[in-house]
Amino acid sequence: MNLFKKTLTAAAVTAALLPAQAVQAGEVEVLHWWTAGGEARAAAALKEMMEEQGHTWKDFAVAGGGGEAAMTVLKTRAVSGNPPAAAQIKGLDIREWAKLGFLTSLDDVAEANNWNQLVPPVIADVMKYEGEYVAVPVNVHRVNWLWANPDVLEDAGLSVPKTLDEFYQAAEKLEAAGVIPLAHGGQPWQDATVFEAVALAVMGPEEYAKAFVEHDMEVINSALMEEVFTEFAKVMSYVDDNAAGRDWNTATGMVIRGEAAMQIMGDWAKGEFTAAGLTPGEDYICAPAPGTTGEFTFNVDSFAMFSLSDEENSKAQKDLARTILEPEFQTVFNEAKGSIPVRTDMDMSGFDACAQASMDTFKSSADEGGLVPSFAHGLATTSYVQGQIFDVVTNFVNSNDKDPVRATDQLAAAIQAAL
Amino acid sequence: MEHIQRHPARVARAPSRLLDGLQRWLPKLVVAPTFVLVGIGIYGYMLWTGVLSFTSSSFLPVYDFVGFDQYAKLMTNDRWLTASVNLGIFGGLFILSCLLIGVVLAIFLDQKIRQEGAIRTIYLYPMALSMIVTGTVWKWILNPSLGLEKLMHDWGWTSFSFDWLVSSDMAIYTIVMAAVWQASGFVMALFLAGLRGVDSSIIRAARVDGASLPLIYWKIILPSLRPVFFSAVMVLAHIAIKSFDLVMAMTAGGPGYSTDLPAVFMYAHTFTRGQMGLGSASAMLMLGAILALIVPYLYSELREKRHD
Repeated sequence: MNLFKKTLTAAAVTAALLPAQAVQAGEVEVLHWWTAGGEARAAAALKEMMEEQGHTWKDFAVAGGGGEAAMTVLKTRAVSGNPPAAAQIKGLDIREWAKLGFLTSLDDVAEANNWNQLVPPVIADVMKYEGEYVAVPVNVHRVNWLWANPDVLEDAGLSVPKTLDEFYQAAEKLEAAGVIPLAHGGQPWQDATVFEAVALAVMGPEEYAKAFVEHDMEVINSALMEEVFTEFAKVMSYVDDNAAGRDWNTATGMVIRGEAAMQIMGDWAKGEFTAAGLTPGEDYICAPAPGTTGEFTFNVDSFAMFSLSDEENSKAQKDLARTILEPEFQTVFNEAKGSIPVRTDMDMSGFDACAQASMDTFKSSADEGGLVPSFAHGLATTSYVQGQIFDVVTNFVNSNDKDPVRATDQLAAAIQAAL
Repeated sequence: MEHIQRHPARVARAPSRLLDGLQRWLPKLVVAPTFVLVGIGIYGYMLWTGVLSFTSSSFLPVYDFVGFDQYAKLMTNDRWLTASVNLGIFGGLFILSCLLIGVVLAIFLDQKIRQEGAIRTIYLYPMALSMIVTGTVWKWILNPSLGLEKLMHDWGWTSFSFDWLVSSDMAIYTIVMAAVWQASGFVMALFLAGLRGVDSSIIRAARVDGASLPLIYWKIILPSLRPVFFSAVMVLAHIAIKSFDLVMAMTAGGPGYSTDLPAVFMYAHTFTRGQMGLGSASAMLMLGAILALIVPYLYSELREKRHD
């Protein structure tokens, strides 16, 4: 920090002595995996805004959905002492990178731009290491959504289920009508996504946070958790038998074509509906996952900022951090990506109905305490605890005798082992 | 020119000393880079993995040593146990089926049939495909909503059911099927080469003694192919232990983690889950399994040579 102040003073003095020197142009190299359609457009918007400020943008895009390939490249770059200025790193992995000493503090940018007022504390916490901002949040995805095909529901004389019990009743009728009630892909992260929605519905946000954020063993190894597994098994019994290995967008396609009635999936599913030319509210329904009305499981994309040796580049890096949270970028980016802005003071009139509903719940839940991090998407816990939860949940779904008591014991043992 | 001719002895001696030195050093110089590369690239990294398996490395290597913690964790990890059991099932069935099918095919092809070359190529061809391709194709064939089962339903046999790929108890056997399809042609080629090497006079002698053809194969020819059996088992065992791409393409370890193999487990933990220590420990155990196979093999090989 001290060194930083010195450089800052030095920079100020140089700037005063050389007023002729116009823009301090630096280069930002940004590692991301936004290579598909809307995502690529969103990234291009950021590039344009940086270039308007006189900086050079060096694109470092590594294709591959979940960013696994990108992370491998990042590790080699970081270890060899040549990290990019910013990299798309998510959730508690930010803390791991900071712990290893790779990240730089953004507190001066954060203070100057009032981040603490703009960003809800639950999300700001994820961006911080030892109280200092080391990453910038880009967008918020809501994970606990229920996507439904209104025609299919109407044909069966049903409305959108609001609680788990309503969901079961609706599912029975749909099954009798020959429709798959719940579209799903049998991959560990998708199993965990549904499990997390059920857990939130059964436990409520407080106990959820105790179990999956704080890893309170009394809550993890409790009768309540057994109930979560019981309900989860019931929800999963309405999935068709061929779900194993199916991709999430294939499952969304089943809802679009009316083969299945509903899907529990994050708001990136909206992209599939949009690509099929459908309008929210008319051709498809977005509703909170059963039993989680007013609650919000968030998945936040973010950029972690690496320590750089070049002064001008690190100035460009701070400009990048500031630009990301500016309303202009937040609007353009999130409209293209299907998510909602991370700032709570944004004008949402240009967004679609689902995004507006999402934003309303985001704000209200941030105030009332219903805002919880998603563990299925790495926001609540470290990747190893996450991996252990995935193993237990997916093993439970795929075993022939689904014993909630045993699963609860396994979950407790697995989390204990990973801590 | 003239200058050289005038002092031939002196001029010739210097290069010859140089040549002598070169002759002595050249082989070593030529081999040195490969030794260095193998030393670093294989044994060095092996050692490094071994070191990492005793640390608490998360997603980058760190060097705080925790003893046998990672191994202890591995032993209580349900997923690792599943992966090990799967390797037993997969390896055992894969090696046995490949040997059986390979030997039978080789014996049939050995009957001096027409178009043998073409048939041999057809049988051997699957080996030319990448495991990823094999896996993807078999995934489509075995998927109940796309492949075989749907075909049978469409043809009117609606009670037909073959859903092993999506059943957590049976999925590992579908991987065995694909792997056997891929490798048995190769085993056939090995045995065919071996069969061709058997001295025909022995067979003729047995014929004269009145032995039937199956008996000749069973009692005379196959026992003489012991070395071929041995190398086939070695190669197949390697394929089984390092098997990764086939599983990734066919089931990605699923449903759940019921088709996980140690190599898949190791990759997932080391590179995507940020548990490099645990992943390294699992890699060391896989190395142990391979050593357990290769050491007796090398021992028998080297000892036999000494007796010759």
